[in-house]
Amino acid sequence: MATPLLQPTDRGLWCADGDFFIDPWRPVDRAVITHGHSDHARPGHGAYLTTDAALPVIRRRLGALQADTLPYGRTVTMGGVTVSFHPAGHVPGSAQVRVERGGEVWVVTGDYKTTPDRLSEPWEPVACNTLVTECTFGLPVFAWEDEAAIAAQINGWWAQAADEGRVAMLGVYALGKAQRVMTLLDPDIGPILTHGAVEEMTAILRAQGYALPATTRVTPDLPKAALARALVLAPPSALGSAWARRFGAVTDGYASGWMRLRGVRRRRAADRGFVLSDHADWPGLNAAVRATGATRVLATHGYTAAFSRWLAEQGYETGVVATAWEGEALDRAPDPSDAVTE
Amino acid sequence: MKRFADLYARLDETTSTSRKVAALADYFRDAPDQDRVWTIALLSGRRPKRTVTATRLAEWAAARAGIPMWLFTDSYAATGDLAETIALILPPGPGGDDRGLSDWIDTVRALAVADDAGKQAGVQAAWDVLADRERMLFNKLLTGGLRVGVSQKLMTRALAQATGLAEADLAHRLMGDWDPARATWAGLVLAPDPGADLSRPYPFALAYQLDDPPESLGDPADWATEWKWDGIRGQIVLRGGDWHLWSRGEEVMTDRFPEFARLADYLPPGTVIDGEVLAWDRAADAPQPFAALQPRIGRKSVPKKLLADAPARMLAYDLLEWGGQDIRARPFADRRAALEAAVAALPPAAPMGLSPLVTAPDWAGIAAARDQSRDRGAEGLMLKRHASPYGVGRKRGDWWKWKVDPFTVDAVMVYAQAGHGRRATLYTDFTFAVWDDSGGLVPFAKAYSGLTDAEFAEITAWVRKNTTDRFGPVRAVRPEMVFELAFEGIQHSPRHKSGIALRFPRMVRWRRDKPAAEADRLETLRALLAKG
Ligand SMILES: [Zn+2]
Ligand SMILES: [Zn+2]
Repeated sequence: MATPLLQPTDRGLWCADGDFFIDPWRPVDRAVITHGHSDHARPGHGAYLTTDAALPVIRRRLGALQADTLPYGRTVTMGGVTVSFHPAGHVPGSAQVRVERGGEVWVVTGDYKTTPDRLSEPWEPVACNTLVTECTFGLPVFAWEDEAAIAAQINGWWAQAADEGRVAMLGVYALGKAQRVMTLLDPDIGPILTHGAVEEMTAILRAQGYALPATTRVTPDLPKAALARALVLAPPSALGSAWARRFGAVTDGYASGWMRLRGVRRRRAADRGFVLSDHADWPGLNAAVRATGATRVLATHGYTAAFSRWLAEQGYETGVVATAWEGEALDRAPDPSDAVTE
Repeated sequence: MKRFADLYARLDETTSTSRKVAALADYFRDAPDQDRVWTIALLSGRRPKRTVTATRLAEWAAARAGIPMWLFTDSYAATGDLAETIALILPPGPGGDDRGLSDWIDTVRALAVADDAGKQAGVQAAWDVLADRERMLFNKLLTGGLRVGVSQKLMTRALAQATGLAEADLAHRLMGDWDPARATWAGLVLAPDPGADLSRPYPFALAYQLDDPPESLGDPADWATEWKWDGIRGQIVLRGGDWHLWSRGEEVMTDRFPEFARLADYLPPGTVIDGEVLAWDRAADAPQPFAALQPRIGRKSVPKKLLADAPARMLAYDLLEWGGQDIRARPFADRRAALEAAVAALPPAAPMGLSPLVTAPDWAGIAAARDQSRDRGAEGLMLKRHASPYGVGRKRGDWWKWKVDPFTVDAVMVYAQAGHGRRATLYTDFTFAVWDDSGGLVPFAKAYSGLTDAEFAEITAWVRKNTTDRFGPVRAVRPEMVFELAFEGIQHSPRHKSGIALRFPRMVRWRRDKPAAEADRLETLRALLAKG
């Protein structure tokens, strides 16, 4: 049997023929990067290949680096292996990686979401023989409501807080989730304020041409009047911190797929939890597997054991690939791998 | 059900007391009468009984969702809540059904008598019309597990806001034995018949622990000081020739303590006394340790031997009703004088005595008395302002409990088990051990509270990496983590391998600084037996 097109190593998923790694977590010579989240784009590689749209964020995060980019759909050949990027619908610029050798096709999803939002390039199914899929939310309890319904919940909460003279503070991941939430907000309610970490990512995406509403960065000299009727977008770690105390009366919330679970929602002890994820839900994962026509599915990150057993029962050839990818972080909340799930 | 689900969501999504009360008051203002009655019932622990087993419910839900049972089990493990898991895995519910809470409770109660197929049909019909969050509540009603995070006191406050009736009156009306299936809004809340329930107790006045120095309370002459006995707080209600004994948890204990029947011979009808039920040591004329009373709590009737070994006696603290008059608003000093007169008239053989006041000229003297609490079988002192009324529930200002400092021990965690509900995904229930003479660890206590969620999360990660064995849900862990436990008392216990049993053990500190070898020894605990 020929060497598999991709194989797991302790540095990441490796393509021997093309001599590159996909989202490796230890330094390698050549890295193919799906998107700018820190569990996928790490420092120290010799050369980076990513999408045109993902590079600016990666550069900001990792500093000077040797990088090439491709637009979605364009192929490049490395050692007889054809490589291309395809939209993953996860965050702006995020990609799935298609790898082909002599007619055999593998697709590595990276992080992905099958339902469209108003910002990310929408996910496209890519036909393949073997699909390497994340399954952060690979249990049937995870099923997302329409984005419009969640938008109405967030705006309703914000408007009520504004009417009561309280600042609404939403904990969101700085790259992707924060900007997606911005596209859902009703600017008539009040001003959108941002934590520095959020503003930094927002400015980069805005400069790339993504349509984002006006935001104001929170700085020490921001006048009190600017807080009136405001909604603040901040990384989850900032909620309840010394930084958050400057806002006076606050109602806080989180936007994450984990908010689907009441236990997690209550443990965060926030006022509200909005179920908004940039990962595929259970129906999405299943639809994606079907749409690619893959006969072999390798699950990575998340509820891998359950999802691969489920697919095996549907007749797929299955396996589990260990990676250091982290899925949707709720920092300081117990990682699902730490939860009592067995 | 939508309206109740909205209320539940509003209560669930805030940690602010005033917002919870406002949400409840809104609901009590205009929800349908029978829904309001059932909401009061649910919030005061009067839940309908379980009508379907958890196992059957899980099977039907998995079938409905089209998933194998193992996947349901995995999903349940992730959420930690059966009713929620079912609501989340079913295809999205349409909602829009306009039947109210009480209609759905009737449905649930009717299922109790249905056969298995009838139950399944009834449950699936409900799932098919309810929206997701309504389904979760319906499931919790089915399994008898619906709990709402609001105390009865807050519920009563909201009811007072909604109706304009006095909170204390309402609290009194809602006590005792009433059946939500038969009660009406008008009868229960608005116009109760004063003679309807002769057994009804008054809400207990409760106190906060005094954490500041007693000097903060001002002049000691303004305060009465009593022993805080270590028994069961109770209320004896004598009315209309009958008598009832109530626990602080609103439980009727009348049948468990038949010796109090004689009080009706000596005290006039229309008398209600708040006191402490204790197992009495007649020879020493002093209370027995709490452990002696314990066998009497669990059973409905009392065998003769137990009556002889642990005869109950009440030490009276306060007089709430006298001559049929509610005298709770009168100053404590007046009530105390009336109580002393009433109890003084009892013959020596009566199962009631006066709980004596502690007299000392200054706070230093009172503090010295407190230090003797354990020797007297008390948990500490109660400080009550002479001018204070008998309040409803826990209030700050007029009454304080000033308990002795707890015992503490540094112990090693040896077993861990996952918590429930909110903490279902965390290891929170631990078994602790101390070193015995042979250099081995002997388990002696379980505790599950006292740490923050962040600490539990950290310990959960540690437990997973340091499991040495599993027994069902319990994991044996490497004996490395040391915790400081506090407890209120210690007793000989032949049933335990350690030979001792603690009262109210809880974790107070994670001793990250302490290696397991430096944890306490069993002999240290044994030395406390004399005191505990
Ligand atoms: Zn990502
Ligand atoms: Zn990721």
